[in-house]
Amino acid sequence: MTLTREGIAYRVARDLTEGSYVNLGVGIPSLVPAYLPSDREIFIHNENGVLGVGPLAAPGAEDPDLVSANKEFITLLPGASVFDHAISFSMIRGGHLTHAVMGAMEVAANGDLANWRVPGQKVPGVGGAMDLAFGVQNVWIAMTHVTNKGEPKILTRCSCPLTAPRCVRRIFTDIAVIDVTPDGLMLREVARGLEPEAVRARTGAPLRVADDCREMDVPAAFNGVQLTI
Amino acid sequence: MIDKTVTSCKEAVASVFDGATIMIGGFGGPGVPARLLEALREQGASHLVAIHNGGGNHDYAFGGLILDGRIRKLIASFPINQGAWAFRDRFLKGEIELELTPQGTLVERIRAAGAGLGGFYTPTAVGTELAAGKEIRNIDGREYVFETPLRADFAFIKAHRGDRLGNLNYRMAMRNFNMIMATAAKVVIAEVDQLVPVGALSHEEIHTPGIFVDRVVQAERHPRVFERPQEGRSP
Repeated sequence: MTLTREGIAYRVARDLTEGSYVNLGVGIPSLVPAYLPSDREIFIHNENGVLGVGPLAAPGAEDPDLVSANKEFITLLPGASVFDHAISFSMIRGGHLTHAVMGAMEVAANGDLANWRVPGQKVPGVGGAMDLAFGVQNVWIAMTHVTNKGEPKILTRCSCPLTAPRCVRRIFTDIAVIDVTPDGLMLREVARGLEPEAVRARTGAPLRVADDCREMDVPAAFNGVQLTI
Repeated sequence: MIDKTVTSCKEAVASVFDGATIMIGGFGGPGVPARLLEALREQGASHLVAIHNGGGNHDYAFGGLILDGRIRKLIASFPINQGAWAFRDRFLKGEIELELTPQGTLVERIRAAGAGLGGFYTPTAVGTELAAGKEIRNIDGREYVFETPLRADFAFIKAHRGDRLGNLNYRMAMRNFNMIMATAAKVVIAEVDQLVPVGALSHEEIHTPGIFVDRVVQAERHPRVFERPQEGRSP
């Protein structure tokens, strides 16, 4: 059984500990805040100068001067702060943020990340992706395990232009949690009802199975589709 | 008596010349000096080099300048924002040059110019195509790429309140690039929501000290800066 996009976000949220300062990318990572445990104090950072992002603003209650990096109207939590872009990127580039959770087109077994430009993309845009990938303490990837065509996104080597070399620490997908270690990829968890072999069959790089590899602990409400090996 | 106020956006941008380099603050709607940009469309200067994070929104303000064919080159990190269709059209036709730089490197290049630095070394982009052709230096075992400072003839910035001395105060997420760009251009022009008497801003709420600012103009917010990016007209 795969996980839904929300299920991947739920699983990421479980690993964010109290006191984390986190930047969340677009796509699946943007779903993470809904699943953060309410008993942990975790600060969400936005590139445009906000630390302590709360829920999206209710219709009619938007502040025109307060948007997310994705340009949605947001709210601030108690203890949140606002600042300029130089301070914001010092948080990123100076290694102060504990986590960046991003999507990816490709991740390599050595931690190389490609998530800013697909080959042939006519108009490029990088935003803060490279700053995050180079600067943040823990770069985590939240993505589907394979492309829409069923091709592996975790590879021996990236074919898309790199965002940063050797930066990814952990990969959360709809079927697995995988750590990038100095000895290569290590399978930590598999989705309910799947064998490690099913993950290996969908991964384009050697994958070792951790001795304590276990089933992903995610509620059944986040079950996606049944997979056949 | 120092008085940096001017009475209209038209007057504020009158000295912008053909071929000038202009920094433009703002990220999304917050902090975009849209009235100054609309006045520049009227003023007519062209072959401009723009330094801005994105590629403009739809057919007004910076998006309007691009649509009008007035921008020769854009230095940006994310010119593929929703609403940047005017940039996309001109870029694909080869009518506008793009210098793409990571967002943190962009702001640091501006900061370096404002702080009188000759550049800096950063690990961001080492080993990627955005570091191609640039000097790489190993410092304490890590590789860094050399980046040059970015200066401009003009900076267009947006603040919430300002006084005749050029002191500026920002609300919420308006500071973004504005506070940094205010340090790095020969002529810094600030559009403010409210012009207030000297002393009305407490010492502690002056975010940009007036030393950096040359002109201050009060203007009512451009209504379209309140749009979500997915709103507004498409081509």
